[in-house]
Amino acid sequence: MREFLEGSQAVAKAVSLCRPGVIAAYPITPQTHIPEELSKMVAEGILDSQFVNVESEHSAASLVLGAVASGVRAYTATSSQGLLLMAEVLFNIAGLRLPVILTCANRAISSPINIWNDQQDSVSLRDSGWIQFYVENIQEAVDFHFIAYRLAEDKNVMLPAMVCMDGYILTHGLEVVDIPTQEEVDKFLPKYQPPYKLDVENPLTLGVLADSEYYMETRFAIQKTHQEVLKILPSIVVEFKNIFGRNYSDGLIECYKTEDAEKVIVAMGSVCGTIKEVVDALRKRGKKVGLLKIITYRPFPRNKIYEVLKDVPKVAVLDRALSLGAEAPLYSEIKSIFFGKKRTPKLMRSFIGGLGGRDITLDSIETIFKKLSLKEKEEEFIDLKQELLKEKL
Amino acid sequence: MFGPLFAKPLSSKNNKTGSWRTTKKPKFLQTNCIACRMCVLICPEGCIEGEQKNTYHCDYDYCKGCGLCAEICPKQDIVMIEET
Amino acid sequence: MERKVLFASGHTACAGCGQAIAARLVVETAGPNTIIANATGCLEVFSTKYPESSWGVPWIHSLFENAGAVASGIERALKYKGREDIQVIAQAGDGGTADIGLQALSGMWERGHNILSICYDNEAYMNTGIQRSGLTPLDSDTTTTPSGKEFFGNPTHKKPVPEIALAHGIPYVATASVGFPQDLQRKVKKALSIKGPKYIQIHVPCPLGWRHEPHLTYKVARLAVETGLYPLIEYENGVLTNVRKIPGLAVEEYLKLQARFRHLLNNPQELKKIQEIANYNIKKYNLLAQEE
Repeated sequence: MREFLEGSQAVAKAVSLCRPGVIAAYPITPQTHIPEELSKMVAEGILDSQFVNVESEHSAASLVLGAVASGVRAYTATSSQGLLLMAEVLFNIAGLRLPVILTCANRAISSPINIWNDQQDSVSLRDSGWIQFYVENIQEAVDFHFIAYRLAEDKNVMLPAMVCMDGYILTHGLEVVDIPTQEEVDKFLPKYQPPYKLDVENPLTLGVLADSEYYMETRFAIQKTHQEVLKILPSIVVEFKNIFGRNYSDGLIECYKTEDAEKVIVAMGSVCGTIKEVVDALRKRGKKVGLLKIITYRPFPRNKIYEVLKDVPKVAVLDRALSLGAEAPLYSEIKSIFFGKKRTPKLMRSFIGGLGGRDITLDSIETIFKKLSLKEKEEEFIDLKQELLKEKL
Repeated sequence: MFGPLFAKPLSSKNNKTGSWRTTKKPKFLQTNCIACRMCVLICPEGCIEGEQKNTYHCDYDYCKGCGLCAEICPKQDIVMIEET
Repeated sequence: MERKVLFASGHTACAGCGQAIAARLVVETAGPNTIIANATGCLEVFSTKYPESSWGVPWIHSLFENAGAVASGIERALKYKGREDIQVIAQAGDGGTADIGLQALSGMWERGHNILSICYDNEAYMNTGIQRSGLTPLDSDTTTTPSGKEFFGNPTHKKPVPEIALAHGIPYVATASVGFPQDLQRKVKKALSIKGPKYIQIHVPCPLGWRHEPHLTYKVARLAVETGLYPLIEYENGVLTNVRKIPGLAVEEYLKLQARFRHLLNNPQELKKIQEIANYNIKKYNLLAQEE
């Protein structure tokens, strides 16, 4: 059914349709409307779920860990500081191979404290073993929650997944979205039936101490599973299309007018909507430009990206995060795909923008395309205010 | 899929900690025992068993020789002897 | 009297470990219809070194400070499944209860989950090598509060976690000791019969950390109680319903058996302070056995 909804409301409805048995979350701007909506649904009897008001994000993640370990589907959501506070629990959940689903309303990291959007929070947890999706708009946010549960709970996956949506831009933005029916979702997402759980009929010990004789293989196994996800996700996305009618190609990337492009921007998240508009405008003026949108950041779909970019002469990678002291994360990973390859872009530039909620405008994107003609290859922060940097203490 | 590491219940029985003992081990005299079961309660290894009076004994495969059973027995019916 | 083994031999606890005694008594009193969330610590390490586990009930270890939160998730999952008959226990040592784990426990108590939380109180962070914790008693020598020329060991009193638990208004709070194993069993059984959050703090001597012979674990535990330093109390719905009456032995009887207190034995000023703690407990809980 098509409804005009705030992003958070839409996500809450999507999560509710997934029938989570346990929900635990701690409020943090800009995620707050999601748990608020869910608690309203529980209070009204619309959603049969144990909604727990925990006393911190660390406990929110720990609580859903306990619930999923007990064989019950669970959900949590957070942003920024909250995601970092639960960081050790997130690694723990991945190591325990529990399919917890989390929504990250992407927000900048303190200090200075900033409640507006960028992707530093979830990008900084790319090593955690979690599957990571970055959605462009509210419809994608809705759809990828269904996909996330289905993928994570697959017996050959059993890994947690986070759906990353730009804070405020998507959480508080309003869009017309299609919310599926419970019947459709039930057809796509079966009951959670874990291969292992805390069960008095079959008393296993989970979370053991593994010394150097045993630890490494567990990490190798997760690495291998991420490789499998690159194959499993596309087939799930096809199933999704058959039931819900929306096509996400392979669910890993989206190519927007890249086939004959001379310049492509690679990006993740809501900025892709802006980039598509600029691409359309420039194409009308005869410029051969395109956008490569990364939807699945972990596992990193390097082969798919290679196929798209190998013959594109000029590539700009737009990171809405950074790795302080080194190259920007997405840029670095894209660049490394081409090491040792014969076919590779001639020019690849790193652009960092939108940090702390600074708008990335249509002009900003156009400027990036223009700057792909220049000779400099250094990393560039777009829309940086030089006058602020000149201020003395 | 190689899942998370989980251990089977009670599998620690594979680890025979009786090899830890160095000098002493308990001898259950089974003479004046009143079946109070204090030795059963206090053993950190949980390796003492018994039903009626004078039937209590320990599993030397696991006994670490701590001596708590001998200390606690109200009838001094458990003594620590030299490990042979 | 068939004992259903739920905590098997073959774990790697030190000989004479008080925590091993208590852990076995707790889980075997609780029975097989139990799920345990265990914090990081000695118990977790010595009972679940892969591929071996001593546990005969479903058991999970996540992190150091989240036993309370993980247990809350298990309890809610069971509630969702309509299996509130299954008992949930959250257990931890000093750190996982009084210090790093206090927040999660406090949240769990405040929300009113039907969970029994157990603290194995061996009065220091034993697993990491005998460092001081919030439950380390006054003047105890630990690796981070060593006694020397300038200091007499730990300068602070035990954090009163039972009182903190009581302040949350939970229906059952008790202290117990491996020096009184049947009392411990009774309290575990009692707690599990009550709906809501329960807390039992169990005094468990550590031969390695307290520096006493392994065969003295039981005696040391009894003396802690009998001197008044570790009162055995029981609160139901905020009302003190039971205390263990004691002879009120001099604290030296207890201290002299442990090298962690050895530096006090020729220090009358500090001994007096410890005796004052015992006297305070004796008065507060009316611990002295009535004269015949």
